[in-house]
Amino acid sequence: MSAQPLVLGIETSCDETGVGIVRGTELLANVIASSMDEHARFGGVVPEIAARAHLEALEATLLAAVERAGIALTDLDAVAVTSGPGLSGALMVGVGAAKALALALGKPLYAVNHLVGHVGADILHAPGADDRGELELPTIALLVSGGHTSLLLVRSLTDDVELLGETIDDAAGEAFDKVARLLGLPYPGGPQIDRAAVDGDPTAVRFPRGLTLPKDLVAHRYDFSFSGLKTAVARHVERLRDAGQPVPVADVAASFREAVADVLTAKAIAACVDLGVPRLLLGGGVVANARVRTLAAERAAAAGVSLRIPPLSLCTDNGAMIAAIAAQRIMAGHGPSDLGVGADSTLPVTVVQA
Amino acid sequence: MLLAIDTSAGTAVAIVADDGRVIAERSSADTRRHAEVIGPLLSEVLAAAEVDDARLTHVVAGIGPGPFTGLRVGIAAARAVAIARGIPLLAVPSHEAVALRLTEGGVAAGRFAVITDARRREVAVTVFAAQLPLPAEVESAHLVARAAFAPAEGVTPFEAQEIPAAALAHAALARLATGVAFPEAQPLYLRAPDVTLSTPKRVS
Repeated sequence: MSAQPLVLGIETSCDETGVGIVRGTELLANVIASSMDEHARFGGVVPEIAARAHLEALEATLLAAVERAGIALTDLDAVAVTSGPGLSGALMVGVGAAKALALALGKPLYAVNHLVGHVGADILHAPGADDRGELELPTIALLVSGGHTSLLLVRSLTDDVELLGETIDDAAGEAFDKVARLLGLPYPGGPQIDRAAVDGDPTAVRFPRGLTLPKDLVAHRYDFSFSGLKTAVARHVERLRDAGQPVPVADVAASFREAVADVLTAKAIAACVDLGVPRLLLGGGVVANARVRTLAAERAAAAGVSLRIPPLSLCTDNGAMIAAIAAQRIMAGHGPSDLGVGADSTLPVTVVQA
Repeated sequence: MLLAIDTSAGTAVAIVADDGRVIAERSSADTRRHAEVIGPLLSEVLAAAEVDDARLTHVVAGIGPGPFTGLRVGIAAARAVAIARGIPLLAVPSHEAVALRLTEGGVAAGRFAVITDARRREVAVTVFAAQLPLPAEVESAHLVARAAFAPAEGVTPFEAQEIPAAALAHAALARLATGVAFPEAQPLYLRAPDVTLSTPKRVS
């Protein structure tokens, strides 16, 4: 196998069908088809709709990625796929396709961890473009999306990732969707709340910061909870409506967004400080949120922590990050996954390759 | 040489020569582990085919009906093989494989129904007329409550637990030979996704 392996990665863990192609750390293609619009009227991802959409989109996405990369499938050194965590039925579409692709091409299969993939997105750079600078390890990684809210300590991308904490109820992105609905804003909630919050006062309402009380910090120092926050927003809105008062959407959106951004960044920076790791990496779709980015940058600077945020196209779910992790595993000398590997909806982050 | 894949019941894969000879066939009756077992099963039949010194010319996908999650695994795999090898994908209703086997074996005659479990106390039913080289579909696949299922007069029901992949390939060969068109390579879900439009509830 070449020193810089050419790897195709397939990602189908949620509502995005992603196929990416990398050569080592060089990004050759990153094609994504999303079923987001089909979920909009339900206010959240419907697993069966997502799984059906993956099957529909996979062939076109795969062919588009191969064309964009300007390679032939037979040139590949390996096929990679997300094994988990994610939605079972959705993951299985990718796993089935990846196994067959690998076997029909006579190439090894690498089934890798979706969350570690989000961290791996950071090492990718465009061919010929200036390198973004090496990802320095260890680093703290905060991954925030519609399905995950996880704080990781990454010592090695290939074999040493530790889960510091995660949400004990809703994912942050899910909270954005639910609050958007309460405020009569469409799905997906993140960008809608971000837009509505622009003219709002983030200090208008002091919404609760989940798991930040001293007693909670004992057992849940790096865990998150957004269910109580969502309920607090609902109560606030109901109280206003019951009193016949207009709901100041901008203020509520800004105050809610502030509560989320506050707790996410506070806990991430605390992990950096506590563990003496002056590096923080953000990943996941919620990174698109302007306030989360700004507050993370402010607090990182104040704490002397260097902050890395991959380009947004690599922050949301994609196949390139899956290929990137597989390429790292190959370069570190790890063998392929067993052909009997399955989709694992709760694959722990400590398992980089299943 | 055809590779046939069906995951509408268990997982079944086969490689069949153009003359119908079965080169390799593997299956697993497990109805919950399609994504796992398809790897080793495909690997084994492809290895057996390599010995035979012939090239795959078509991939055949069983398109169900069957429980969704498993059904998709086989269709996704079949599409991937077709892309990888640059060969056409042929879709065959999974019940047709059973119907062909029953007709060839002289077990079914006249009109008969192929039945498979559709979970949720329902069965998927397709009615065929026994004829060769290919049974004719009289009533396309549909769902019926298991308790309410009663075949029409003169229709003999046969319940299948497995879909033989070699027979799926044979059905594809019969379609190719007789010019019977293939359906679209889309799963026969027969059910809309489970979704409920929830309205936000009060919390106070």
